[in-house]
Amino acid sequence: MSLLSRLPQLVIYGIISGSIISLGAIGLSLTYGILNFSNFAHGDIMALGAFLALAFLLLLRGLGMSENIFYPLSFGLPMVISFLLAMAATAGIAIFIDRILYSRLRKTGPVTLLVAAVGVAFFLRNIIQFIWGPQPQYYIKEIQIAWKIPFLGIRIKPDEIFIIIVAALLVVFLHLFLQKTRMGKAMRASADNITLARVCGINTERVIMWTWGIGTALAAAGGILAGIENKFITPNFGWDMLLPIFAAVILGGVGSPYGALLGGMVIGLSGELSTLFISTAYKPAVAFIIMVVMLLIRPRGILGGK
Amino acid sequence: MEFFVGILNYLVFFAITAGIYAILSLGLNIQWGYTGLFNIGIAGFFAVGAYTSALLCGPPPGPMDWRIIGGFQLPFVVGLLGAAAACGIIALLIGIPVLRLKEDYLAIATLGIAEVIRLILKNESWLTNSVWGLKHIPSPWQVPIQGKIFAFLKTHPLLPAWLQSFISNGYNWFFLALVLLTLGLIYWVSEKSIRSPWGRVLRAIREDEVVAGASGKNVFFFKMQSLVIGAMIMGIAGGFYAHYVKFIDANTFEPLYGTFLIWVMLIAGGSGNSKGAILGSFVIWGVWAGTDLITAYLALSGVRAASLRIIAIGIMLEVILLKRPQGMLGEEKRVSKMF
Repeated sequence: MSLLSRLPQLVIYGIISGSIISLGAIGLSLTYGILNFSNFAHGDIMALGAFLALAFLLLLRGLGMSENIFYPLSFGLPMVISFLLAMAATAGIAIFIDRILYSRLRKTGPVTLLVAAVGVAFFLRNIIQFIWGPQPQYYIKEIQIAWKIPFLGIRIKPDEIFIIIVAALLVVFLHLFLQKTRMGKAMRASADNITLARVCGINTERVIMWTWGIGTALAAAGGILAGIENKFITPNFGWDMLLPIFAAVILGGVGSPYGALLGGMVIGLSGELSTLFISTAYKPAVAFIIMVVMLLIRPRGILGGK
Repeated sequence: MEFFVGILNYLVFFAITAGIYAILSLGLNIQWGYTGLFNIGIAGFFAVGAYTSALLCGPPPGPMDWRIIGGFQLPFVVGLLGAAAACGIIALLIGIPVLRLKEDYLAIATLGIAEVIRLILKNESWLTNSVWGLKHIPSPWQVPIQGKIFAFLKTHPLLPAWLQSFISNGYNWFFLALVLLTLGLIYWVSEKSIRSPWGRVLRAIREDEVVAGASGKNVFFFKMQSLVIGAMIMGIAGGFYAHYVKFIDANTFEPLYGTFLIWVMLIAGGSGNSKGAILGSFVIWGVWAGTDLITAYLALSGVRAASLRIIAIGIMLEVILLKRPQGMLGEEKRVSKMF
C-alpha cells in the first residue's frame, strides 16, 4: 500500500491512542499544577484502574449478571458498571495514598515526593503482578469485526467509536466542572497560585483531594479504554504509558488540562504516523523525541503560561 | 568446614554484586545526594556501560551472531574507560535540553533515554545482537588465574575437599578485590570532591539554585559536571557487571534492578553521604537476597515472589521517607573545616 493510502487509517488509530493518552495526561497535569510535583505513579494508576475494572467485571459475572451485549459493541452492562466502579475505586485509592503518604511528605519539599511517587509506582505495579501474574488479562475474548467506512477507505470497530465518544464526553464534563462549579474554579485558582488561593479562604486540602480524585478517575478511564482497545491488559501497561503521558503534559504545557488534551492528541497521532517512516518498534521513542525537541524550543509547552 | 567454605563462597558472590551496586549508588549519590539531580534512568546508563565494555573487550561476532561489529578484544581497563565515556556523552546530550529546567524534567528525560536505550538494545541487532545478547564476555585475567589454580589443584590432589573448594573459588576473590579497589577509589574521589570548593558549590545548588547562581556560580555548568560524572561512574559499574556475568541481553536491564533498588539503597543509606551509599547498598542487597530465601520458603512462583519482594522494598522505602528521611547515616552537616 502506498504511504498516502495508509494515512486516513493511521489518523484514526492516532485519534484513538491520543484519546487514551489525553485522559492520562489530563490527570497528570491537574495534579502537577496543584501539587507541583510529577506523579511518576500516574501510569501505574492507569493500570490500576484497568485491573480494578477487570476485578469488578469478574465479580459481577460471578454474581450472575447477564452479559447481554450492547450491539454493535462487544460488551454489555457489566462492563459499563465496572468501568464506573473502577473509576471511583481508583480515585478512592489515590486519595487514600495521598492521606497516608504524600500529605505527610508535602512539608519536606517536592523532591521527596518524587522519590515517594517512584516507590508508589513500583508498589502498585507489583501488587497487580502479584495478584494477576504477568500474563495478559482479557475483559472480553471475542474478536470484533471492524466496520469499513466507504470512500475514506478506513476500518474502525464499534468499540473504537465508543472509546472516542467516551473520552470526548469525559473531557466535556471536566471542562464544565472546571468552568462552572465552585470547586472547579477553586481548582483553577489553586493551580495558578496555591498560596494565594489559601489566603483567599479556599480550603486547599479539599481542593487537593478533589484534584487527586478527578485526575486519577480520568486516568483509570484511560486505562480501561486502553484495555478495551488493545483487548488485553498487563501489569507493565502503566510503565509503557508513563512516557507518552509525560510527553503530552510537557507538550501541552505543565498544569494546563487543555494543553494536556492537545498534547495527548499530538503524541497519539505522531506515534501512529511515525510508522510510515520508521520501524513500529520505535513508536514509544517518538513521544520522547517530540518531548526533547519541545523542551529545547519552548519548555513551557504550547499552552503553558507559567 | 565444607559448610563454612560454601557460605564463604556465597558471601564472595554476594559482595561482588553488592559492590557493583555500591558503585552505582556512589554515582547516584553525586547526582542526587550532592546536587539534587533526579535520575530515574540508571538502568539505561548501566546498560550502556555494560554493552560498551562488552563490545570493546568481547570476542568478534561468531557465525551464530546477528551483530556485525564489535568484539575488539581490548583490555578490561579500556572497556571500562569506554563504558564511562559512552555514558558521559549520553548524560551530556540529555543535560543540554533539561538541566536549565526544573528537576522533574531531568527525571522524565532520563526515564525517556533509558526507554530509548532499551528499544535500541532490543531492535538494533547489527550492534547488540538483539535478544540473543552478548556472550562470552571475558572476565579480566581469568584465563591465567584459573590456569594457575587448576595447575595447583592438579599437583596437590591430596588437599582436603573444603580447601580445594576454597582454592577453586580463587578467581572470584580476585574479582571481588578488583570491585572493592574500584569502589574504594571512587569513594575516595567522591569524598575528596564533596570536601572541596567544587563539592560545596554542588551542595549550594541543591539547597538553592537561585542563590548559588546569584553568587556567581554557573549553575548549569556545575549541574552538567555532576550529571556526567555520576553517569560515568554508573557506566563503570555496568562494565564490571558485564565482565562478571559474561552474558548480557536487553532483558538484563529491567527498570527495577537498574533503577529502583539503587534509589532505595541510596535513600536507606543516607543520600549525600558516600559511606551511607555504600552501607545502604550492602544492607539493601542483603535484604533483597534475604527475602529471596523467604519467598523460596513460601514456594511462590518466580514472578509472584519477585513482586512480593518489590512490594516489601517499596513499603520500606516509603517508611524510611516518612520516619527517617536522612537514611541510616544521614548527611554530614559540615563537610569541611577551615581549622
